[in-house]
Amino acid sequence: MADILEIKKVSKTYNSQSDNPVIALNDVDLNVAEGEFVSIIGPSGCGKSTLFNVIGGLIDDHEGEVLIEGRPVDGAHKDVGVVFQEESTFPWRSTLDNVAFPLEIEGIDKDEREELARKFIKLVGLDGFEDHYPAQLSGGMKQRTAVARTLAYEPRIMLLDEPFGALDEQTRMLLGDKMLEIWAALNQTMLLITHNITEAVQLSDRVVVMSYRPGTIKEIIEIDLPRPRSSEVISTPEFGTYVGKLWTLLREEASRGMVDEEAAIAAT
Amino acid sequence: MSRLHKMPILVGFVGLLVCALLLEVAVDIGWVMQLVVPRPSDTILAFPEVQADMDLFGNFFVTLGMTAGATFLALIIGIPFGYFLWRKTEYGVAYEGWLAAAFAAPTVLLYPLFLVIFGRSHATLIAMGFIPGAIPIIIQTRQGLLGVSKTLLNVGRSFNVSRRDLFWKIQLPSAVPTIFTGIRIGVMYTLVNIVAIEYLIDFGGLGRIVSEMYFRFDTPGTYASIIAVIFVSVFFYWGFGKIEKWLRPV
Repeated sequence: MADILEIKKVSKTYNSQSDNPVIALNDVDLNVAEGEFVSIIGPSGCGKSTLFNVIGGLIDDHEGEVLIEGRPVDGAHKDVGVVFQEESTFPWRSTLDNVAFPLEIEGIDKDEREELARKFIKLVGLDGFEDHYPAQLSGGMKQRTAVARTLAYEPRIMLLDEPFGALDEQTRMLLGDKMLEIWAALNQTMLLITHNITEAVQLSDRVVVMSYRPGTIKEIIEIDLPRPRSSEVISTPEFGTYVGKLWTLLREEASRGMVDEEAAIAAT
Repeated sequence: MSRLHKMPILVGFVGLLVCALLLEVAVDIGWVMQLVVPRPSDTILAFPEVQADMDLFGNFFVTLGMTAGATFLALIIGIPFGYFLWRKTEYGVAYEGWLAAAFAAPTVLLYPLFLVIFGRSHATLIAMGFIPGAIPIIIQTRQGLLGVSKTLLNVGRSFNVSRRDLFWKIQLPSAVPTIFTGIRIGVMYTLVNIVAIEYLIDFGGLGRIVSEMYFRFDTPGTYASIIAVIFVSVFFYWGFGKIEKWLRPV
């Protein structure tokens, strides 16, 4: 399948004018095919979220370029939707109004946008909770609301920035299954940031392993497990092999990150 | 506990009734001096007397109207000014400390100055109510807008929201609880200042009735008119609570 996303030599340095510049990304190259599910894993501080912000057009002062179907990304745009790691539903809006938000911004009339919003609410399994407010929902339901809201935007590429990071392991696995259902139903291109190796293997076609600062792509692992897939795949020996391989790659980077973090704390 | 949560108004009334009964007994057996605190039953009986003598009900609406006028002025000036201090960071940083300091000042003591400017009129009451009301609204509007979650702003940006929509659909609703905290504090200080000035300049409203009853040594009448002031406060607290609930349902 043709590449929908091309990331070419992207670098980003924070505090570049100061004495202690932080190189978050260094010469990152990555191509993603349409309909592909790609996970990005790496230790904290490896620039994963920065990479997402660059792809989403939320950071523009970077080097290199990001192309979507050959067109360069310049600011936030309709082709990319983001689901954030932190609590991102609007507390003052019901589930229905949260999901309908991007459609409201696009000026779609109320009846049509509510009909569309209901479709995506059903897709994430929240039908019956349309009139509930985020404060009345569990953490997993809030994140599903955020997923439905981004889906309602109908982006070509969906960026999932550790959306289930704050949830317990069982909920995370079940929501992983839900994401796979959605992905299969919509043939949506998805990029997922996660710290969780199991989640990355469970969901992805490819897993991109990033190095600790400066963030570069250390290795890309193809996950050749049969589709359709569900969380039951974790009990297979092949799954364990992939998890082991990824941990070996990550271990060294995570150790470097930990040492660096401890040194920074000791210096304060 | 869950029953209490389901019937907060009823529980509140029952608690008040129990306190009133205990006070009634305490005054009756002499633990509390009747000259200082009347029996609650005497205070209730004083309402029709104060109404007949001083038009308590009419003056309730005078104080309510003055407070509403001063609060309205505080809102239409305070919220835009708070917004300005948020937008222009350097002004916000420069003036917020001064505003907070000014809020602690006993502005009620400026009333002779305002009497000179506006005369013994409603304008003096509104001006004196406006000052302490506007300051917390300004400060809390700025704080509310500063406190909008970065993630929510990024959500808006990721949907390519215009600056106007970002403000009206994300920043303002997000800041509503903090702004309403400022409004609630402001309206209480406005009411206190207005009643105090009514008391001091003997110019209508509940403050004047409190003053009249006090100087007549009519303790139940004094308490009855103070309770009427509390009802004004309850009205605004309830009203702004309803508006906030309408703007931010949960």
